[in-house]
Amino acid sequence: MAGTGHTAGLITAREAGLVACRRCGQVQEQDVVSCPRCHATLHSRAPDSLQKVWAWLVAGLVMFIPANVYPMLITDQLGSHSESTILGGVVDLMHHHAYGIATIVFVASIIIPVGKFMAIAYLAISVQRKWVLNMHQRHKLFDAVEFIGRWSMIDVFVVAILSALVQLDSLASINPGIAAISFALSVVFTMLSAQSFDPRLIWDADRADAT
Amino acid sequence: MLPSTDLIACPHCDTLHSNASLPEGAKAYCVRCGVVLKQERSTAIVSVLALAMSSFFLMVAAISFPFLNVSVAGQSNSTSVIGAVMAFSETFTLPLAAAVAGFIIFLPLMRLGAIIFAVTPLATGSTPTRAAQSAFGLAEALRPWSMAEIFIVGVAVALVKVAGLATIAFGPAFWAFTLLVVLTAWQDTLICRYSIWRALDTQQV
Repeated sequence: MAGTGHTAGLITAREAGLVACRRCGQVQEQDVVSCPRCHATLHSRAPDSLQKVWAWLVAGLVMFIPANVYPMLITDQLGSHSESTILGGVVDLMHHHAYGIATIVFVASIIIPVGKFMAIAYLAISVQRKWVLNMHQRHKLFDAVEFIGRWSMIDVFVVAILSALVQLDSLASINPGIAAISFALSVVFTMLSAQSFDPRLIWDADRADAT
Repeated sequence: MLPSTDLIACPHCDTLHSNASLPEGAKAYCVRCGVVLKQERSTAIVSVLALAMSSFFLMVAAISFPFLNVSVAGQSNSTSVIGAVMAFSETFTLPLAAAVAGFIIFLPLMRLGAIIFAVTPLATGSTPTRAAQSAFGLAEALRPWSMAEIFIVGVAVALVKVAGLATIAFGPAFWAFTLLVVLTAWQDTLICRYSIWRALDTQQV
């Protein structure tokens, strides 16, 4: 393995004229199309990665708007009818002095989605502009986005459990609102956006001039 | 020189490493980005199989027994996991019912089934088939989409929301589901993708 002098003599599979399988880690000749070990399709870099990232991200952002505007929960309690949005639910929990749970819901349904939109956009822009700074931090950020994204689903599950549980005829009943669907879609779209991102692109920037 | 078995590439940054064999219990990390490349644990395959099988049966218990019971002023209502899913089955929320059912019931069950199917021939020492490879590929693809552990946290949040309104009692399914989440997390730390794919490789000697 002849070091080419950059990044402490490390060499990528692509520079060595090889292609790596992302699923099983095996290395093949560059012209091999399908991994002989796990039968995954081989790509040196995921094709049109950034284009897919942006498309799913925009779809996720669009769905995030109705998710916050329309009611998530529709509560009927002793004749009184109330509809609450995601943010309204958090305020409600704080009125009940359930600050811990209010924080969980606020973080899972507002902070994480918004943070994810910004993180994915930042990663995509940094790759497009070929930034060479903070590669390790950006790679950690990508790991965090991939790991944390699914947790936004909490609020959808809360709505599901509440509406199944609280069906006590005239006393109290809780039903899901239209925002539950929009929110679930927004989470799924951003998960797909994060999955379309090929982290190898982050590390390619300081090699572009060397190869 | 077809498959270069003496090389291993990092799935996150494409850096090539020479594929040294590891001592028992050791992990290999990428020198550039720090991702775990593989870990060596001779008992891993049997443990993964055992955990997947126990999770599968717990899952069946978790969806068939009552999950939670709520009572207020003499009226009570209990729900199973299926009931939570069916809450969305009216009118415009029907697609959501399907999605929630997928995330908390069908995808986790499918993933466990696929893992059992793929790992059983490895544990019994018979030759892995092409179908076993497809099954493990499916299990890997389903990983981010099986959300049982997130559902449990959702239950905790929901409980606090109703706590002031009514009395809540846990059914047996709740405990089955909680145990399931612990087992799944444990199983995920044991799985070494590289080793399993290598074991599933039919072309090796």
